[in-house]
Amino acid sequence: MTFDLTIITANAGAIWNAFLVTIYTWLAGSALGIVAGLVIAALMLFGGRPLQLLLRGVIELVRGTPFLVILFLVYYGGPAFGVRLGAVTAGVLCIAGYSSVYFAEIFRSGFAAVPRGQLEAGECLGLSRFDLLWRVQLPQMLVLILPAIVNMLTILCKETAVLSIITVPELTAVLTGIGTRTFTFIETLLVLCIAYLLLIEITSRAGRWLERRVGTYLQR
Amino acid sequence: MFDWPTFVFSLPLLGKALLITLQTSLLGNAFGFVIAILISSMQLAKMPLLRRLGGSYIFIFRGVPLLVQLLVIYYLAPMLGLPNLSPMVAAVLALSLCSGAYIAEILRGGLMAIPPGQREAAHLLGMSRPAILLRIELPQAVQSTLPSLVNELVLLIKASALVSVVGLADLTRVAQNLAASDYLFFQHYLVLAGIYCLINIPLTMFGRRLERHLQRSLA
Repeated sequence: MTFDLTIITANAGAIWNAFLVTIYTWLAGSALGIVAGLVIAALMLFGGRPLQLLLRGVIELVRGTPFLVILFLVYYGGPAFGVRLGAVTAGVLCIAGYSSVYFAEIFRSGFAAVPRGQLEAGECLGLSRFDLLWRVQLPQMLVLILPAIVNMLTILCKETAVLSIITVPELTAVLTGIGTRTFTFIETLLVLCIAYLLLIEITSRAGRWLERRVGTYLQR
Repeated sequence: MFDWPTFVFSLPLLGKALLITLQTSLLGNAFGFVIAILISSMQLAKMPLLRRLGGSYIFIFRGVPLLVQLLVIYYLAPMLGLPNLSPMVAAVLALSLCSGAYIAEILRGGLMAIPPGQREAAHLLGMSRPAILLRIELPQAVQSTLPSLVNELVLLIKASALVSVVGLADLTRVAQNLAASDYLFFQHYLVLAGIYCLINIPLTMFGRRLERHLQRSLA
C-alpha cells in the first residue's frame, strides 16, 4: 500500500475540468429545478382542482422513484421516443426535474406559512393575484424557506455523483477512472471525498450566513 | 410500445430482485439505527472528545455522496487487508454507515426534546446511564420522531438503487440486465420506477398519517 499524491498533480487539469462539470451540472440543474418548482407550486396554488390532483400525482411519482432510475429512464429510455440527449444535458435536465418536485413542496409550505390576513389585506388594496404572489408572499417566504433550499442544494450536490453512472465526466467518474487505470484508489478516493466535503461545507456555511443576513428583520 | 409478454416474463426475476432490495435497505436501516443510537448519544455526551467524534462522523457521512462511500468501501476494503467483501456485505455496510449519520441527527432532535427532569428522576432511582438511555429516553425519542424515521426509510430504499454499482443483483441491476438483453430500455426502467413507487408511496403516506396522528396526540 503506497500513498503517492503525484498521481493527483499529474492529472490536475483533468480533475479541475471534472470539478467544473460537477459545479455546472449541480448549479444549472438546481437553478432550473428552483424555477420549475416555483412554477409547479404556483400552479398548485392557483390552478383548479384537476390540475392540483394531477400535479400531486406527478410529485408523488417522482418522489417515489430513485434518482438513478429517473436518470436511466431519460438517458436510456429517451431514444425510444426520439429524445437523444448528451450525457451532460440529460444529467442537468434530470437534476432539474428531480429537484423541481422537492422545491415545489418547499415553496408550497412557504406559501402556506404567510398569514392569510396579509393576502386578504392585499386583496382589499386591489393587488392582483400575481402581485400578491410576487410582492407579498414571495419576499417573506423566501426568508422562511431558505434553510430548506440550502439543504436541498447540498443533497443535489451529492446527487451529481450519480451522474457518473451515465458517463457524465464529473468528479466521481474522472477520479475513479484515474483510480482504476493506475491502481491508485486511496489517493483518488481521498481527494474525491475531500472535494465533496468542501463543497457541502461551503454551501451550508454560505446558507447559514445568508440566513443570518436576511433573517435580521424576521419576526419570530 | 409496451411489450406485455416481456413484462410478464421479467416479473419473477424482478420479484427476486425486489427481495434483495428490501433486504439490503431493511438491514441497512436496522444497523444504521444501532449506529445512530451510538452516534447521537455521543453527540449529547458531556465529554468534548466524544461530542467531537460524533460530530465528525455525521459531518463525513452526510457530506460524502453515498455512491462515493460505496466505492470507497468496495475498492479500499481489499487494500486495507480486509478479505474481499461480497457485494451484499459492502452494500449493507455502506447503507448502514450512511443512514446511521442521518438517523443520528433525527434521534438527537428527539432525545433533546425530552425534559431533563426525567433523566434526573431515573438517576435518583438508581438507573445506570445506558439503562436510562435505552429504557426511558430512546422509546420516547423514537415515538416522537417516527414520521422522520419512516421518511428516512423511504430515502434509504431509494438510495439502495445505487448498490447496483457494486454488482449486487438488486432491482435496478436486474432491470439494467433485462434492458441490456432486449434493448427495451424505456419499458424496463418504467416498470422499475413503478415498483419503487409501489413501495415508497404507501410508505410515505403511512409516514404522513403517523405525523398527523402524532400532532393530534400531542395537541
